[in-house]
This record gives sequence, C-alpha cells and structure tokens, in this order.
Amino acid sequence: MAEVALVDVSKSYGAVEAVRGLSLSIADGEFLVLLGPTGAGKTTTLRLIAGLERPDRGNVVIGGRVVTNEAPAERDVAFVFQQYSLYPHLTVYDNLAFPLRSPARRVNENAVRRRIHQVAELLHIEHKLDNRATALSGGEMQRVAIGRALVREPAVYLMDEPLSSLDAKLRAGLRLELKRIQRELGTTILYVTHDQTEAMTMADRIGVMNEGILIQLGTPREIYERPDTAYVASRLGTPTINLIPSELLGCDAVPPQARTVGLRTEHIRISSGDRPGPLAQVHWVEHLGDQNHVHLKLATHSLVTLADPVQQLKAGDQVSLEFAEPLYFDQAGNRIDADGSRGHA
Amino acid sequence: MAEIKVEAVAKTFGTFAAVKGVTFTVDHGSFFVILGPSGCGKTTTLRMIAGLELPSSGRILLDGEDVTALRASARDIAFVFQLFALYPHMNVRENIGFPLRCQNYPRAEIRRSVEETARLLRIDHLLERRVGGLSGGDRQRVALGRAIVRRPKAFLMDEPLGALDSEFRRLMCGELRELHDRIDATTVYITHDQLEAMAMADRIVIMNQGRVEQIGAPQEIYDRPRTMFVADFIGAPPMNFLGVQASLQRGDRSIRIDGVPIEMPELFEDRAEGRFALGVRPENVSFADASPLRGRVIGAEYLGTTQIVTVITGSGQVKARLPSNKAVQVGETVGLALRSDRLSLFDAISGQVLHSSLYEGGSRG
Repeated sequence: MAEVALVDVSKSYGAVEAVRGLSLSIADGEFLVLLGPTGAGKTTTLRLIAGLERPDRGNVVIGGRVVTNEAPAERDVAFVFQQYSLYPHLTVYDNLAFPLRSPARRVNENAVRRRIHQVAELLHIEHKLDNRATALSGGEMQRVAIGRALVREPAVYLMDEPLSSLDAKLRAGLRLELKRIQRELGTTILYVTHDQTEAMTMADRIGVMNEGILIQLGTPREIYERPDTAYVASRLGTPTINLIPSELLGCDAVPPQARTVGLRTEHIRISSGDRPGPLAQVHWVEHLGDQNHVHLKLATHSLVTLADPVQQLKAGDQVSLEFAEPLYFDQAGNRIDADGSRGHA
Repeated sequence: MAEIKVEAVAKTFGTFAAVKGVTFTVDHGSFFVILGPSGCGKTTTLRMIAGLELPSSGRILLDGEDVTALRASARDIAFVFQLFALYPHMNVRENIGFPLRCQNYPRAEIRRSVEETARLLRIDHLLERRVGGLSGGDRQRVALGRAIVRRPKAFLMDEPLGALDSEFRRLMCGELRELHDRIDATTVYITHDQLEAMAMADRIVIMNQGRVEQIGAPQEIYDRPRTMFVADFIGAPPMNFLGVQASLQRGDRSIRIDGVPIEMPELFEDRAEGRFALGVRPENVSFADASPLRGRVIGAEYLGTTQIVTVITGSGQVKARLPSNKAVQVGETVGLALRSDRLSLFDAISGQVLHSSLYEGGSRG
C-alpha cells in the first residue's frame, strides 16, 4: 500500500507562498505528473513529500501513515534530481549499489548483485556496469541516476525534471523507457516537469500547477479536451490554443457569459475566401518541418493554426474559417459549457 | 553585417579529431544554425570562428579577410554563451554598457549606445533597475543587450536558450529572430534542439562526428534528407525506416516492402542487390483498411492535437502521426498507406540517399 497524499499543505519562504493549500493523492502504481512553469511550486511539493522541507500547515501521508514530522530517511521515498549526481570515482555498479549498502538498510551482497543486474537490464546499461561513471554519455549517466533510485523499492519515486538536461533525442527515448519501466514494475511515481510532451505521454494523471496552486487534476485527455480554465487550456497543445474575444466569432451559439473563446488548431478549418464564415488574412506561414504554422489575422487578433501541407497558403491570402468544438471561458477565465453552466465542478 | 567563410577547417585535440574538414559560408545578414548531437564538433567550430581556438588546418574568412590567426578580440565578433551571466551588483544600464566601458568609450557615447540598445530590446524602462529583481525574460534581454551594444559584425551564440523552460524558449526564439532582423545582423547559432533550428534558421548545417552531413534551408533538410543520420536527427518522432533487400533499376517507381509493392518517387540510379531502407515521415503514414501492407499496433502516445501510433510491420517499426480523435486499439492489425511522393530511399549500409525525382527539385547541399 503505497498511496501518497498531501492534505491541505502550505509552504512559504519569507513573503513568497510557494505552495498554497495543496491537496493531492497519488494512487498506488500511479504515474502522476505535476506540470507548471518555473516557480509554480512543483519542486517544493516534491521536497515536502521527501521531507526536505517542513510544511507550514497540512500533512503528508505515505502508505496511510502521517509522516509530516519524520526525517527524509524515515519516509521510504527515492528522489531523482535534475542534475545527475553520480560518484565519479566509482563504477556504474558501485554507484547503483550505493543506496543498498547504506548502513541504514543493510542488504547482503548477493541480493545487491541480483537487484543491480535486474535494474541495469531494465535500463539497458548492463554492459556498462564496470565502467567508471565519468566514462558515460549524458544519457547513460542519467539512466544510472534513475537506476540508483530504482534499486531501492520505496513507496514512491519523486522525480524532479530528470530528463531536462538531456538532448531532445535522448529525452524522447528515455521518456518511453521510463513509462515502460513504471508499467512493468507497477511503481508509484510523482514526476515534475515544465514539458507538456513529457506530461502528456507519461502521465496517468496530470496536475497543472501555477503560483503554488493546483489548478486542475485529470487524465491527459481530460486536461486537454476539458480544461477548467483558460490558463490550463493554454498550457497544453502545440501550437498553443487560440484565445479570442467571443464577439469576433460572430455566431449565436456562444453562451452569453462567455468572454473568451478557445480554439485549438485541429478545430479550425481553413477554406478559400468565398465560403461562409469569418474572414481572415494569412499573415505568414512558418515551416517547422512536420508542422506548418499559419499565422492568421482575424480582425485585430492573431491566430496560429496548423496548415494541411497540401493546402498552398501564402501571405496575404484571404481565407474563411470554420470552427468546431470551441471552448468558452467567462470573465474570470473559467470554462463554461455551451448551455452556459459552469464547465466543471 | 558580415559574411563568414569556413574553408576546410579541421581541429584536433591530441589524438582526437573534433572537426574533420568543415566548409560552409554564412551569408551577409543570415541566421545560420549549426545543429548536431553533443560531441559532433559544433561548439569547436564556433569557437574557431570566434578566435577562441586555432584551427589545425583550413581558413576562416570574415568579409573576405583571412582572420584564421587573429585573436578573438581583433575579430569584431560578439560571443553569447548561455545567457544570464549578468553582474548582480550593477543595474541594467551598467550591465549593458560594460563592454563599452572596458574599451574606454567616451561617457556620452556609452550613454547613447546603451539607450539605443535598450530601446531595440524594449527594456528602456528598466535601465535604472538592479538585475536581481528582473524576470527571467528581462534578464535574457539584458544579457543580449550586452552582446549587441558594441554592434559587432557577427553574433555567435552557443545554446543561449538551453537552460530555459520549453515554453519560454519558444518565446525567446521568436524574439531572437526578430532582433536579428531588426539590427540586420549575421548570426551563427548552435543548438542540439531541432525545433529551435527549424523555427529560426535561414540555413542549417547538420554536423555529425566532426563532419558536415547536410547544409540547406530548414524545410529542404526536413523534406529531402541526404543521409539516414539527418533523416533520423530531424523530426520528432524521426523518419521511419523500412528495411528491404532488393536490386534496383533507374526508372523504378515502386519497391516491394513485405512483398507489397509501394509506390515511390522515380529512381534515377541503378543498384545491384543490397540492403536499402525506405524512409517515411510519421505524418506521411496513414491507416488504410484495404492496404495490403499490414502491421500490428503496439502503442499509442496521446499528444492532444495528434497522437503517435507505433505499428510493427514485417520490415520494421513504423510511427504514424494521426489525428487524436482516431480510435486506435493496441493489439489490432491495421493496413498502412505511405504518401508516395514523399518517400526517400537510402542505402542501408552507407546511409546515403539514392537519387530520385523527389531530390531533383531541391537545391544541392
């Protein structure tokens, strides 16, 4: 039973409220990702669970036990930091063995060996076990760092942007591996990132944080398709969702309280200028390889959307727009349904 | 503004050849990106342009003048490392003016240059502020200001956005490119992030193990990769490769994959029996029930706008980028259609592309 819960936890540093009234529960075997910009309170949340910080208010519960006042070593958690911090004078094997040889939890060497080989195989670093830690590539070092957490079997793994210091290629590869390992081992992971692709592809549930507050918690699909607020809507999706004043849409389906309409790129259809629908002008077309971003001017507002590569658009073209599945937000930025009711509980 | 020519430049450190004969030209006013994995020689190349390393052989020309042996300070080039290296005890004005003060410019001129630079970067309202209290974006702008205040002939930037949030990086990409256009600069920019490269560059050079793999406009490199390395390095997810054993004739317009004839651009080469790889980008793969090219779905990654579906075929793994509203079951068998006019065929041993009608139109690297 490795359920981890935060109950109404707050933490301030001087005048800065890093985490404000956060309640969150991570189920056994769940991969939960906290997504947010720098300063959102994600790392503080991890540190509170690890016991590296004491909350000003609220409780931390691991496996049904209140651990708020326990030291980190008593909490049965493993932390993976952003910067891999391996012991340079040790081999990969000894780096991996280190947590198991700590005096606090004596494990016999046969068990250590078994566990290390198991983890090394999982991470595809078996052939590197005798190497010095410094003789590895960046991707390998980070795998060893993750492996050093995995050799233990704690209640929860806490990972603070473990992939962010790696090349884009390595990152994509390790993302898939980490998800596979988590599934195979059925481990509980709380993972912190500002990268929406990592969140979308790995998480069972995503918690979107900003300014110390957990704004929405849900599956990637829920968060993407039914964001509670305009802020959440703009956190996910490339290109970013278009938020435009509702009067520009010029149709009567818009609920009266709506001030802003959110249009995702896949819900905007561009056709030649003689079709019905709001008219827009092509400002420029940005080629990004797999995607062509079309920058449009709709009255005074800019829209960015994806263009079908077969559609030959160029700057200055007049086009008409059709919209599907718009999201409506009220004055405060909260989503409302098309019938005017609040879009969420 | 400046034109930079790098001619057959090589650099060895002891027995290690970091750069093995690299040649390219950075045109006046262009935004030129050197892209490659860590260890490909891109930073060494940039440091040689800056004058921080001396080439073991080859020449570097700045506006036609051979500067190979000139020291960095004599080259009129500004080097921007990871931004953010500001002097915390100075205010914005002093930080931006620092390079000019070091060169003993007259006070009035420093004042004028700093204010002009701040206006360009839209931070003129912050001049008297201490840098400690600034937002991340404004700190970046101050660091940039310090680089451009001297108005050098060229800017060299080594992963200046590497340490930033992905969201913020995207924003700064736009700003950097806009700034480049506004001050009519020549910029050489290093990154390992292909999205940054695609978003900003006029031209990209892709390096691998100290050599140039391909030089071209971003879309050109994406659509017509000349090697499997480039095809694999550019694109997220990268190009898929379907392995095939075949002998090929000039004029061939199809190739058999898993025994199924697949239409492709007309081939302009004869090849004896050998191993080849048919390359297809994920967005050019679609599901087609009737297609005889079959595969089994082994995974789907939901990305919101789209999803990446991984399919195992008899000739290898294929990732397809599909609309996210398309229902996909892991384990199901599906038919695959490949967009015929966008297929590349590579020699699987050398990694070089075979010449075909797709590659005819594009400029040569």
